[in-house]
Amino acid sequence: MLDSQDHSDRIAEILEAHQGLEGPLLPILHAVQEAFGYIPEAAVPQIAKALMLSKAEVHGVVSFYHDFRSKPAGRHVLKLCRAEACQTMGADAVADRIKRALGIGWHETTSDGRVTLEPVFCLGLCACGPAAMVDGRLVGRVDESVCAEVAK
Amino acid sequence: MKVFVPLDSAAVALGADRIAEAIVAQGAARGVTVQVVRNGSRGMVWLEPLVEVEVDGVRHGFGPMTLADVPGLFSDLASHPKAIGPVEAHPWMKGQTRLTFARVGVIDPLSLDDYRAHGGLVGLDRARGMTRAEIVAEVTESGLRGRGGAGFPTGIKWKTVSEAAGDQKYIVCNADEGDSATFADRMLMEGDPFCLIEGMAIAGLACGATKGYVYIRSEYPVAIRVMEAAVRIAREAGVLGAAFDMEIRVGAGAYVCGEETSLLNSLEGKRGVVRAKPPLPALQGFLGRPTVVNNVISLASVPVILAKGAAFYKDFGLGRSRGTIPLQIAGNVKYGGLYEVAFGLTLGEIVNGIGGGTASGRPVKAVQVGGPLGAWFPPALFDTPFGYEEFGAKDGLIGHAGLTVADDTVDMLQMARFAMEFCAIESCGKCTPCRIGSTRGVETIDRLARGDASALPILTDLCNTMKFGSLCALGGFTPYPVLSALTHFPDDFARQREAAE
Ligand SMILES: Cc1cc2nc3c(=O)[nH]c(=O)nc-3n(C[C@H](O)[C@H](O)[C@H](O)COP(=O)(O)O)c2cc1C
Ligand code: FES
Repeated sequence: MLDSQDHSDRIAEILEAHQGLEGPLLPILHAVQEAFGYIPEAAVPQIAKALMLSKAEVHGVVSFYHDFRSKPAGRHVLKLCRAEACQTMGADAVADRIKRALGIGWHETTSDGRVTLEPVFCLGLCACGPAAMVDGRLVGRVDESVCAEVAK
Repeated sequence: MKVFVPLDSAAVALGADRIAEAIVAQGAARGVTVQVVRNGSRGMVWLEPLVEVEVDGVRHGFGPMTLADVPGLFSDLASHPKAIGPVEAHPWMKGQTRLTFARVGVIDPLSLDDYRAHGGLVGLDRARGMTRAEIVAEVTESGLRGRGGAGFPTGIKWKTVSEAAGDQKYIVCNADEGDSATFADRMLMEGDPFCLIEGMAIAGLACGATKGYVYIRSEYPVAIRVMEAAVRIAREAGVLGAAFDMEIRVGAGAYVCGEETSLLNSLEGKRGVVRAKPPLPALQGFLGRPTVVNNVISLASVPVILAKGAAFYKDFGLGRSRGTIPLQIAGNVKYGGLYEVAFGLTLGEIVNGIGGGTASGRPVKAVQVGGPLGAWFPPALFDTPFGYEEFGAKDGLIGHAGLTVADDTVDMLQMARFAMEFCAIESCGKCTPCRIGSTRGVETIDRLARGDASALPILTDLCNTMKFGSLCALGGFTPYPVLSALTHFPDDFARQREAAE
């Protein structure tokens, strides 16, 4: 884990790289999350100061969007589609089996920090559901065998 | 040997990347020079990964491909077990009228030369020789209506922005495509990104806007990558530049950000809450300036309209639904995918004729048209023609033209509950009917599930409050799936009562 000085240096670089954009906050937050895997608490005042916003405003944005995490995720992130088209192909049952196999529910991380399970509402793979995303990789017609990909 | 392997998300999700690697490796092992083009998808998702091999200028299809099928591509093609023959001659392709999707699956998405060779940039060239008012008039005359869901005439929106005063105006493309059963925007951006860029550049000319943004949902990594590359290429080639330039922006997992005012807030770096209208985004949109917000398919339909003329486009369609619509056939369906056709097919022709019924082989019980805010249709309404007014007359909507097919194992009470739950999760929180109403909706449906019939009038009341009291269509249209389930499938709600007794 990086120490706080490294954090703030990296965030300063990100802020610098996004100068001149109209409405830069979302691109900045994406870049911060890309760099650290989550939005560190300390990033909020630093971003707020640079953009001349209040801390509450930045915090409000971070908390509004499902994508932004306030703490690190597991080593793997498994997202399963819960939306209608995937439901008609048995997504709920697949999700139940995966939850049982991993021993966790939605938004939880296994106790060994191996995998975080998250719901997603449509990946645009609705004609080959149930759909999933494993560490950013798309998977169609998913079943519980996907657990093997997040086994280590 | 020239081979096409889609880079499209659906193809990739079914293994296309591994197939592409295996083809290259197999070619190397056999000493055959293989040129692999990563094209968009033809839209026949049940055949993905669909590999095409070009022989004497004709593209022969093979799918769905597995790794074991790869060596066969290097011997007698006609006897390959996955051969489907010339792709263009496939009934799925032949039945379509591909105007917006003419190049998707055909060209190399990131080759501007390929784009030009297939009719690209003709519309923009023509627009450059026209006045603003002439471009707006052409789009208005074509009858094009917004494909994002609301069906508002695109030309009229452009006219407002074109005539608005302001030194800086914007073209914002709504690529948030959050509806379940929809993937047309994704396929277009992945398979023909220059078409969207051209459409936005034409919109810029028509409205006097010099800057554009494409707001793409974060769930679409492939579309983001292809669009970013295409913008760079278009800029280097001078298609984008001082007169009109654009940026790709990425959403952050909020369904409501597909609503145009919420999208604008998000683009500005704010919470994606809905703004009250008026003011219209056309007059006070991004950063308070005149802004066109249009769906991907609306904008990507403009180049062909300019290239071939409004009359050509308008000639297709039904009633006040002019032109073509890319149907997205999804869910429990035998032949799922994207099928672009003139408005006017009946729902039954789409689901049973084109889609071939369910994938499970069981009877179709219901079809949800228009995403999570659309109504469920029973087979009794399969004679409804696909058009904005026609679906409205049956208490439904066509939305972004996605269809979710469900077989007879679906429990409509659960689907109604899901609609409310989804609304509760995704509500931006600004208005009470949506924020609180949806949570109460889930509780009320749970009461019904427990056999408490007295909850029924409460549910219909609640739906009315949401319909008429919500600030946007998230709360306002969630009653569509709920009430249609209740109206057309009362047994699913009654059965639960009996079970409890
Ligand atoms: C909750 C909600 C979600 C929406 N999602 C989208 C979307 O993902 N894509 C889209 O183009 N329009 C979406 N819309 C419709 C937009 O508000 C708007 O009507 C559309 O972007 C206008 O473009 P068009 O006229 O080209 O359709 C949504 C509306 C609501 C209420
Ligand atoms: S509904 Fe699951 S991918 Fe679209």
